[in-house]
Amino acid sequence: MASIATTAGTEPVFHLEEEHAHAEGSSTMLGFWLYLMSDCLIFAMLFAAYGVLGANYAAGPAPKDLFDLNLVAVNTAMLLFSSITYGFAMLTMDKGRVASTQAWLAVTGLFGLAFLSIELYEFSHMIHEGATPQRSAFLSSFFTLVGTHGLHVTFGIVWLVTLMVQVARFGLIEANRRRLMCLSMFWHFLDVVWIGVFTFVYLLGMLR
Amino acid sequence: MPDTLTRFIFGRLTLESLPLHEPIVVATFIAVALGGIALLGAITYFKLWTYLWREWFTSVDHKKIGIMYMVLGLVMLLRGFSDAIMMRLQQAIAFNGSEGYLNSHHYDQIFTAHGVIMIFFVAMPFVTGLMNFVVPLQIGARDVSFPFLNNFSFWMTVGGAVLVMASLFVGEFARTGWLAYPPLSGIGYSPDVGVDYYIWALQVAGVGTTLSGINLICTIIKMRAPGMTMMRMPVFTWTSLCTNVLIVASFPVLTAVLAMLSLDRYVGTNFFTNDFGGNPMMYVNLIWIWGHPEVYILILPLFGVFSEVTSTFSGKRLFGYTSMVYATVVITILSYLVWLHHFFTMGSGASVNSFFGITTMIISIPTGAKIFNWLFTMYRGRIRFELPMMWTVAFMLTFTVGGMTGVLLAVPPADFVLHNSLFLIAHFHNVIIGGVLFGLFAGIAYWWPKAFGFRLDPFWGKVSFWCWVVGFWFAFMPLYILGLMGVTRRMRVFDDPSLQIWFVIAAFGAVLIAAGIAAFLVQIFVSIRRREALADPTGDPWDGRTLEWSTSSPPPAYNFAFTPVIRDNDAWWDMKKAGYIRPLSGFRPIHMPSNTGTGIILAGFSVALGFAMIWYIWWLAALSFVCLIATAIGHTFNYHRDFHIPAAEVTQTEAARTTLLAAQG
Repeated sequence: MASIATTAGTEPVFHLEEEHAHAEGSSTMLGFWLYLMSDCLIFAMLFAAYGVLGANYAAGPAPKDLFDLNLVAVNTAMLLFSSITYGFAMLTMDKGRVASTQAWLAVTGLFGLAFLSIELYEFSHMIHEGATPQRSAFLSSFFTLVGTHGLHVTFGIVWLVTLMVQVARFGLIEANRRRLMCLSMFWHFLDVVWIGVFTFVYLLGMLR
Repeated sequence: MPDTLTRFIFGRLTLESLPLHEPIVVATFIAVALGGIALLGAITYFKLWTYLWREWFTSVDHKKIGIMYMVLGLVMLLRGFSDAIMMRLQQAIAFNGSEGYLNSHHYDQIFTAHGVIMIFFVAMPFVTGLMNFVVPLQIGARDVSFPFLNNFSFWMTVGGAVLVMASLFVGEFARTGWLAYPPLSGIGYSPDVGVDYYIWALQVAGVGTTLSGINLICTIIKMRAPGMTMMRMPVFTWTSLCTNVLIVASFPVLTAVLAMLSLDRYVGTNFFTNDFGGNPMMYVNLIWIWGHPEVYILILPLFGVFSEVTSTFSGKRLFGYTSMVYATVVITILSYLVWLHHFFTMGSGASVNSFFGITTMIISIPTGAKIFNWLFTMYRGRIRFELPMMWTVAFMLTFTVGGMTGVLLAVPPADFVLHNSLFLIAHFHNVIIGGVLFGLFAGIAYWWPKAFGFRLDPFWGKVSFWCWVVGFWFAFMPLYILGLMGVTRRMRVFDDPSLQIWFVIAAFGAVLIAAGIAAFLVQIFVSIRRREALADPTGDPWDGRTLEWSTSSPPPAYNFAFTPVIRDNDAWWDMKKAGYIRPLSGFRPIHMPSNTGTGIILAGFSVALGFAMIWYIWWLAALSFVCLIATAIGHTFNYHRDFHIPAAEVTQTEAARTTLLAAQG
């Protein structure tokens, strides 16, 4: 890069001689962070709605009647494990090992699927007992908050599979590393949101 | 059963959904259809489809996208204004037992559509278009951070506009007011498609707005030319940065609250219902947590425009640059702390109302600081009263009145009298027309030569200016008076004949504004006809101060042949003073993003998805959703999204400009 500062006696510099290269994707990480924060706001709104409506049972079932903390603990473990395995995938990616990166990504996806299956089981169980999203404002906000998180995980898995195909096809090229990094942030972000759900909805719900 | 089959294929869309019983709508439809056929025919006749597709629709060039945003805003302004003048006419004649000419079903849709269109599809595209066009040029960048995303954002905004326009001819629009408060907007009281049109139009457009916000923040943070520190950025860039921060930090709230309203309507949840523990007040809170920052999203970029214009046309550096920046940032933050002033009367209690009343009044301090900065910039300046400067002076006079009535409304006890009255309507039109619209006209007149290489015709511009300014005062001062007398908003007929004269005056004002819009269109038409006479080959018609004036008009695709190096605020002014000589050789190939049609295709599927959801056509909804995801994934398999403009081509373009400049002498 050309010198910017001009000292007395030298000609002022008005432009760069060399093409000023913004490295490809140099804004991507910032952009993706901003996207995550905007998504975080959507969750914030759903948390706020749950905070306002979470005790409006409308003479229907309350958290104590519905939540099975053991099941939720297992579910939480699935998601936390998936975050660890994604971390392993990133470590092997840094070493440029395609096969083990793919393997760890696959393990991550399986943990994600396990999480979703348990969540769907929990939902169907609740609906079967008559605790539907329509039953009370508490249940509306519960299903929407937890369901939105689940939808995000679903999209994460679709994205993960797409990236696995792209890594298989094109290898760990710069663009793919950047994409894996974005998905990594997305995945950990969902983990953080889930910690909030687990604490705020399930644990505090049982205390109410 | 053929009936079930029809229901499956068309959902709740039937022939009765077409508003054939509304003669006004039918006449409008015929006019629009004829106009549309004429336009499409002309494009086909002149074989412009390939040109439009290649050079505009699929373009990722921020300048072209900016211009397309402006075109969208202008088209929708005509629609939104038609609604306005229909309301003015109705209110001027619906006295002494007359029902006027609009039935309540139609009238309620008109005031809702007017608000929604003017905010989301006129003001937002205009503002986004201006930022898109100007910001990369002002910071010495070649394009935005994510050029494809920019194109996609634009088409999503168009998609929302398409849905709103469709509601005019297929089905109906919401009859709820522009923010669609439940329980009125719930399925119980609004079982028709109106509210669903509202929801899906805003959701589709909202995706575009949020992404464009992220894009412009990244651009301003990451793409500035070397030497341009944050405190050397032009004020318009600063206000754009704050606006986009507001967009990213508020539009998700709208997305979430509309999603919850959708769930109430589609699934039968109980977020905002009156039964089963729902809480309609939560909707009012959440929507205004988006809604108040939204008004600053609209006005802040125009504060930037006024700063650029005042400084350029006074021939002086902006007075109080630092305080201008801090005032902008303070407004950005405070805009999140005032939302409750929109519903002081809705049971928050004295303490809460006091808090929000005080925070609201505090906002007038940084805004007042800005007004003084502009005045001090003009003080002892060599002021040139060109069109942009005229709009700026009109803004300062008009907006200050609007600001004062705003402070008046911020006093909770006063608000209890004025809430939902025409005083409020007059106030926010005073700041939105006097601030946003006047600013846009200033900005359009100011940057038009940069975009097209010729100035706008000043005579017709002045005609438009005087019609708008005088028309505004005629149209809205009577509403202040009516509001003080207690007339509430959204009324269709009136009992008290003594009020009629004020509505007639207001209608006269609206007619003047119509003349102003017509004169603006004539101005564009005349300017295009006289483009040789109005041409500006220098690229710097106003003796400008910021970087966009250093390149040619219109700028080449790559904006700057060499990346500029910034040594001062008012970079271009500094370069001119320091004896800048345009480089004539040594050009390098320039790295640029490629065009793509994915944005328009994705937006097309989104419109199909929205339309299907509105009419309960579930198969189409599922199909378009799958297509949407598949296209998005397919797009990620394209790794070759850029190309180099060869050095020879750059040399050629720059040589052409050298000849042009030499011809000037």
